[in-house]
Amino acid sequence: MGDNLISVNNVSVNFDYQENFISKKQKIHAVNNINIKIKKGSFFGLVGESGSGKTTLGRAILGANKISSGNVIFHDDERDYDLTDMNKQDLKEYRKKAQLIFQDPYAALSPRMTVRDIIAEPLEVMRITNSRQETDERVRDIAAKCRLNIEHLRRFPHAFSGGQRQRISIARALVSNPKFIVADESVAALDVSIQADILNLLKQLQTELNLTYLFISHDLSVVAHVCDVVAVMYLGHIVEMGPSRELFKNPKHSYTKALLSSIPSIDPEKRSEAIELKGEIPSALNPPPGCVFRTRCPNPGVDCKGGEIKMGLIEVEPGHWVDQCCVL
Amino acid sequence: MSHLLEVKNLDVKFDTDEGRITAVENISLSVDQGEVLGIVGESGSGKSVTAKSIMKLNPGNTSYNEDAEIILDNENVLQFTSKQDLKKIRGGKVSMIFQEPMASFAPAIKIGAQMVEQLLIHKNINKEEAKSISINMLKRVGIADAEKRFNQYAFELSGGMRQRAMIAMALSTMPKLLLADEPTTALDVTIQAQVINLIKDIIKEYQMGVIFITHDLGVIAQVADHVAVMYLGSVVEKGPVNEILKNPKHPYTKGLLQALPDINNLDAPLSPIPGNIPSPLDRPTGCVFRTRCPHHNTEGKDGKIEMKLIEVEPGHWVDQCGIKCGQNG
Ligand SMILES: Nc1ncnc2c1ncn2[C@@H]1O[C@H](COP(=O)(O)OP(=O)(O)OP(=O)(O)O)[C@@H](O)[C@H]1O
Ligand SMILES: Nc1ncnc2c1ncn2[C@@H]1O[C@H](COP(=O)(O)OP(=O)(O)O)[C@@H](O)[C@H]1O
Ligand code: SF4
Ligand code: SF4
Ligand SMILES: [Mg+2]
Ligand SMILES: [Mg+2]
Repeated sequence: MGDNLISVNNVSVNFDYQENFISKKQKIHAVNNINIKIKKGSFFGLVGESGSGKTTLGRAILGANKISSGNVIFHDDERDYDLTDMNKQDLKEYRKKAQLIFQDPYAALSPRMTVRDIIAEPLEVMRITNSRQETDERVRDIAAKCRLNIEHLRRFPHAFSGGQRQRISIARALVSNPKFIVADESVAALDVSIQADILNLLKQLQTELNLTYLFISHDLSVVAHVCDVVAVMYLGHIVEMGPSRELFKNPKHSYTKALLSSIPSIDPEKRSEAIELKGEIPSALNPPPGCVFRTRCPNPGVDCKGGEIKMGLIEVEPGHWVDQCCVL
Repeated sequence: MSHLLEVKNLDVKFDTDEGRITAVENISLSVDQGEVLGIVGESGSGKSVTAKSIMKLNPGNTSYNEDAEIILDNENVLQFTSKQDLKKIRGGKVSMIFQEPMASFAPAIKIGAQMVEQLLIHKNINKEEAKSISINMLKRVGIADAEKRFNQYAFELSGGMRQRAMIAMALSTMPKLLLADEPTTALDVTIQAQVINLIKDIIKEYQMGVIFITHDLGVIAQVADHVAVMYLGSVVEKGPVNEILKNPKHPYTKGLLQALPDINNLDAPLSPIPGNIPSPLDRPTGCVFRTRCPHHNTEGKDGKIEMKLIEVEPGHWVDQCGIKCGQNG
């Protein structure tokens, strides 16, 4: 598997759902038969509207969500970890190697802990360090890398701005020396200037610490700027995936095209070229058969309506994959 | 012609345990009928406080300066104290929509009942008429099954639909001025595009004036006719949208644009504005932006240049400090 860090193979995640105790049990199809490979050192972007399954997939890759079928393999230097087949010891090791950065820097940090304790907590919980001195050293080291001052460590998080709090969350995620980071909407709540700062920091840390990211975002401009590979998700399916520049320059799937056209242009003379999508993403309880996007597709083909074509990615250019319904 | 809304020399201060906070200082703005004024700026720059002043919705610890005026339809809103007068600016001539639509709806009252109640307060009509206006308005904003939705609670609607219902409620009284405070910030781009198009259509149709608050310059480019850029309570630059976005003069406006990821220019680096926004308790004297400005000269840096907007092109106003020290940037 050489240069891949993560292989996601035919992964589905379903949740059981029952409206009330007399109604029949149903399934929420949150993630459907996903196949992706994340290369070592990649900044892998996952985009799509809310409810498309991004968080569920990210959590499944971290081992924080059960995987209903398929498997996820983490290719470490010495060995592979199969997330669907791990013992306690494996899980403990994997937790050090794969970490999450939260969306909301306000909610994520406990108000009663000092910044030092917040960053140190994963080391203590996972018993990575053997002495307080060693813990302090690791905390100071990662704090400096995340551009936090030593004096900050004694303070409580409420005294910090949004950008500083996000740097604290990042330091906490990185203190166990992970190789793989899931950043779920990590810049969504930030002002543009702070967002630029955090994105630059993530990039810099990536090179410095040899990190691989799964970067989940609903902001396509941000993803286009930082990611090298992008997967577009809709209603549990990846409908298009490829090298970021190629995908943004040459989108093939109707959903990708619509998403791209919806980004408000910064040029006031280019108004309203958006391909307007009607309605909203359907419920994952009853996804439409055939192409899941067809209920909102601006120009479905004749074959799309019947839902005869099964979904599945095919490679249209080297590395550029598009759902077969949309290209056949 | 006089403006629909004219805000003149407004200061807004809050008394808090830690001292008196200047949330807004000496701002002047105007909005005409059928026009959208965008207000843009980072969190804490005073956008919401400014909008709330127009409805006198700021809390009890607020003080306004004596010489400030907020003239709406030839009346000074700041002088309003009677219930009758306040009614005019809270749902009568002025309506507000928010980022979180649940803020507009009482959770335990059906959407229709709330719309009807609001109409009965502000219009001289009966219940039946109010109901039919409400249902028509729900239809107008693109809600399918309007009759059914009329009898539902806000939590039963999806996010995008709730946003539409809130807009319908705000518009049903036919306000002359709509205050939209980040109405699309929490939405997906696809739904944002729908809501922006809806708001634009409605402005055209009803010829109301709009203040559209957002921190997204792309949204500003799509909806606004004029823009005011705010930083730490001050308007540092304002003018026609094309001028501000294509020919920005103030270092802060330029900084915002350089920090923005532009999908059409992927090679441009993302450059954050250095430093952090100071606390409003330590608001810098002189130019408010001087603690972060990359271009300041000594006078500006020392806080010796007073803030004052100067017209650099017809209708394009920039803070004089921004011009004096920002010329080389
Ligand atoms: N009731 C209040 N008491 C004290 N300070 C307040 C009060 N309301 C607002 N402020 C302060 O006034 C300043 C301006 O706040 P405002 O809510 O207008 O910002 P904003 O530009 O709308 O920001 P955002 O983008 O986060 O919504 C901030 O420093 C805020 O903390
Ligand atoms: N724990 C859960 N129980 C039931 N349904 C869930 C759960 N987590 C997510 N879902 C559903 O799975 C779908 C995908 O959700 P999510 O992964 O959060 O999407 P995204 O992150 O793209 O917004 C949605 O329909 C959501 O409601
Ligand atoms: S497969 Fe058909 S319905 Fe689906 S996105 Fe493509 S064109 Fe639209
Ligand atoms: S006064 Fe100086 S510090 Fe302020 S904006 Fe101008 S150039 Fe910058
Ligand atoms: Mg999510
Ligand atoms: Mg606000």
